[in-house]
Amino acid sequence: MTVLAEPLPAARRRRARMTPARWGLYAFILISALYFLLPLYVMVVTSLKPMAEIRQGNLLALPVSPSIDAWVTAWASACTGLTCQGIKVGFFNSVRILLPSVFISILVGSLTGYALSLWRVRGASILFGAMMVVAFIPYQLFIYPLVRVFAFTGLGQSLLTIVIIHTIFGLPTMTLLFRNYFTSLPPELFKAARVDGAGFYQIYARIMMPMATPMIVVAVILQTTGIWNDFILGLVFAGRDNLPMTVQLNNIVNSTQGERAYNVDMAATLLTALLPLLVYFGSGRWFVRGIAAGAVKG
Amino acid sequence: MQRANVDIRSLRIGFGGLKVLDNLNLHVEASEFLVLLGPSGCGKSTLLNAIAGLIDVKSGEIHIGGRDVTWAEPKDRGIAMVFQSYALYPRMTVRKNMSFGLQVAGTPQDEIGRRLGEAAQMLRLTELLDRRPFELSGGQRQRVAIGRALVRHAGVYLFDEPLSNLDAQLRAELRVEIKRLHARLGATMIYVTHDQIEALTLADRIAVMQGGVIQQLDTPKMIYRAPVNRFVASFVGSPAMNFIPGSIARDGGAAFVAGTSRFSLNGYVFRGPPTDAPAVLGIRPEHVEVTASDDPFAVPARVEMVEPMGADSLIWCRLADGTAFSLRHDADAPLRAGDTLALRFPPETLSLFDDKSGQRL
Amino acid sequence: MRLSLSSRLSVVLALLPALMVMIVVYIGATGWTVWMSLTNSRMLPNNNFVGLRQYESLFGNDRWITSVHNVVIYGVLFVSLALAVGFLLAVAIDQRVRAEDTIRSIYLYPYSMSFVVTGLVWQWLLNPSLGIQHVLRSWGFAGATFDWIVRPERAIYCLVVAGVWQASGLVMAIMLAGLRGIDDEIWKAARIDGLPKWRVYASIVIPMMGASFATAAVLLSTAVVRLYDLSVAMTNGGPGIASEVPAKFVMDHLFERANIGLATAAATTMLVTVIAVVAPYLYWRARKGDIR
Repeated sequence: MTVLAEPLPAARRRRARMTPARWGLYAFILISALYFLLPLYVMVVTSLKPMAEIRQGNLLALPVSPSIDAWVTAWASACTGLTCQGIKVGFFNSVRILLPSVFISILVGSLTGYALSLWRVRGASILFGAMMVVAFIPYQLFIYPLVRVFAFTGLGQSLLTIVIIHTIFGLPTMTLLFRNYFTSLPPELFKAARVDGAGFYQIYARIMMPMATPMIVVAVILQTTGIWNDFILGLVFAGRDNLPMTVQLNNIVNSTQGERAYNVDMAATLLTALLPLLVYFGSGRWFVRGIAAGAVKG
Repeated sequence: MQRANVDIRSLRIGFGGLKVLDNLNLHVEASEFLVLLGPSGCGKSTLLNAIAGLIDVKSGEIHIGGRDVTWAEPKDRGIAMVFQSYALYPRMTVRKNMSFGLQVAGTPQDEIGRRLGEAAQMLRLTELLDRRPFELSGGQRQRVAIGRALVRHAGVYLFDEPLSNLDAQLRAELRVEIKRLHARLGATMIYVTHDQIEALTLADRIAVMQGGVIQQLDTPKMIYRAPVNRFVASFVGSPAMNFIPGSIARDGGAAFVAGTSRFSLNGYVFRGPPTDAPAVLGIRPEHVEVTASDDPFAVPARVEMVEPMGADSLIWCRLADGTAFSLRHDADAPLRAGDTLALRFPPETLSLFDDKSGQRL
Repeated sequence: MRLSLSSRLSVVLALLPALMVMIVVYIGATGWTVWMSLTNSRMLPNNNFVGLRQYESLFGNDRWITSVHNVVIYGVLFVSLALAVGFLLAVAIDQRVRAEDTIRSIYLYPYSMSFVVTGLVWQWLLNPSLGIQHVLRSWGFAGATFDWIVRPERAIYCLVVAGVWQASGLVMAIMLAGLRGIDDEIWKAARIDGLPKWRVYASIVIPMMGASFATAAVLLSTAVVRLYDLSVAMTNGGPGIASEVPAKFVMDHLFERANIGLATAAATTMLVTVIAVVAPYLYWRARKGDIR
């Protein structure tokens, strides 16, 4: 994973004087930054405009009479196909899916990574290698058999099902993350714990996991954004009553009959993007570490 | 505290096709301080880890305190271990680090407290008990690691290069501390190092290892005085022993001849009947003496370079046939490159090795 | 390392979930999907072996052909553009610019958003009557047209624009890490040799960044094969079937059109493609010793 080390503060070349080349550089940076910011800006201003202003005005113009009506509608009363209770239903579904999924997937992943890294058991490297390979297989290969398996076990589409599904598909990345971390620790630490007589779970719970706090943070960021942003798994496995926010959002925007309320659409979109954005801007460099660590899977 | 002996019989260890230890036998007496000395990769750490039960044994037996522990878990072997990188649990305080093993074993609280206080006092850690490892200096960390081993009241203490990560001054201090600890506890200690000073100062006996084989197992004095082969001779001692190629002449009193130089062997104890085959003469720089030029056993040599080392100087010389060697001499002596010296090589300090096998003659 | 029975049991117990997942989900489910593709299952799975008939009808299916066609266009453009944009952004940031952290955050934030959000935002921006086209016309470019999202032969390019917007930041982060990993003395040596900066990048730096490019390319490629949410949210495969993609083809045939045989044949074809992309990369990494 050396390729993906976290970018270090560039401390090497001194800051150059403002030559024409530097002006060009800054112009490039500015223009590209605008390209990346444009959609976010448009989302925000659109969500604050009344429909009349959207129809007559300019996409890029600031709202003349800003209002948060669209946000209220999007949250509480926008229609997702049959019901009109807004995106809040999806929001709470996503929260209910997110919390247990993040916790369980990290628990199982860290335990697997721990067992595979420190306890050299026969076949461990084969299992790990296989997990890294299958992580690349598209979901489409598993979805139908899994639907059948869950139908057969009686779980069907449910909250529990989607939590298990997120644990399963998070397993390779989580395992990789923790395995690499535990492998990087001095092996003597593990030996000392063994001499001290600590058993498998004691070493895991009392020595390794307290040390792995940075990895846990990375794992939480990775799983939170990943699970929150998931669409396809939630659509297939969560069931009608637990559809996550992404699915509800798509329903609100793309299944509207009659005239579309773009301001409500954009407010709902922003609401859906809010949590990942908060995680992203709140976590700073940790996010980069997270995607670097998860990069092998992607 | 029981003082256990350690008995290793026909031990074989390998990883894949690589043999690390092959048919190794070693007996460590109770209360003995045994040092395993050798260059990196010689198998000394592997042996220590095998005694601790941290790596798999292919065949052979390990007995600690008369009990066969070859297949026992580390915690059930009656051992404690100190590691090179300290291996302190970073999220635990010093107190917690030292008591963790006892807690896991279910030792009663008051007993834990008693042992902890005792060890902390012995190692001057009492003030540090509530700190965490990152708040400690390297020397303090290693003392904590030693303390963690002490509270186990083990039959055998294993040290895996415990001082290698410390700077020279701290190393010397802790060396003395470990020696004092051994004197006080009288516990069995097995200590791995590549540092010959540590080995010579600490050990009751040293096992010099190379290529997974114990080359010589003896007291520090004998290892230094009478190395059994060229490897041991060159590995122990600093500055290193000089080797002068030549052969043994038996015309009259036994002597060693290198070119036109003759070295008296009168008083050298041969291990077998001497032959006149090619041989190598070994002598430590500190044993070469400067003598009067009319000494009948004097060997002439020419000074090539003088390296001052503080208390004394290392004088690099050449024999008449061009063989280079060094000797230690008083730093105040007015010697310069180009001077000619008359030297005496006291026969009782010499070592003779077979030219081919490198074994002591 | 000697393990007692209880330790060994603990290890086995801890590895049981992973083992189950491997065997049941990954190997079992994949195997079953491949087997289904050789049967004539429709709404319910059956075991009537029909050989490669499903594959024949798959490659005679207009919608599948369009899907494959689209994913190739999307894949080539998306991967090459994201690599190029991401690399340029990384190089720009690497010039010791002001407010580096802020700029990096701006480039990377789209990656934190879901494909659904990405698709809906760009759907709105590219809306011909109120989006960018409208803005350009209101600025006086009367003839400006940017209505690709409603033109069947152009719709797939809209997905590329959105995809590149979302993923370039990731490439930038990978490339920046690669650039920062290059030894400073190489730059000093190049300066003493008097090489112009662009020359150093072209002849020295890019060849040294093979690993970063490979990693980024593989990540982007797997995203291409998985492309689903973006198409659903942005165009729902339309206009008509103009922006259909293979993953969507599989999902639709599994759950709406009740043609399991055809859907699993399509899924299996996806698997073969992924293996073709990923196997050389994993082999290369395994040889480097990253994955043991």
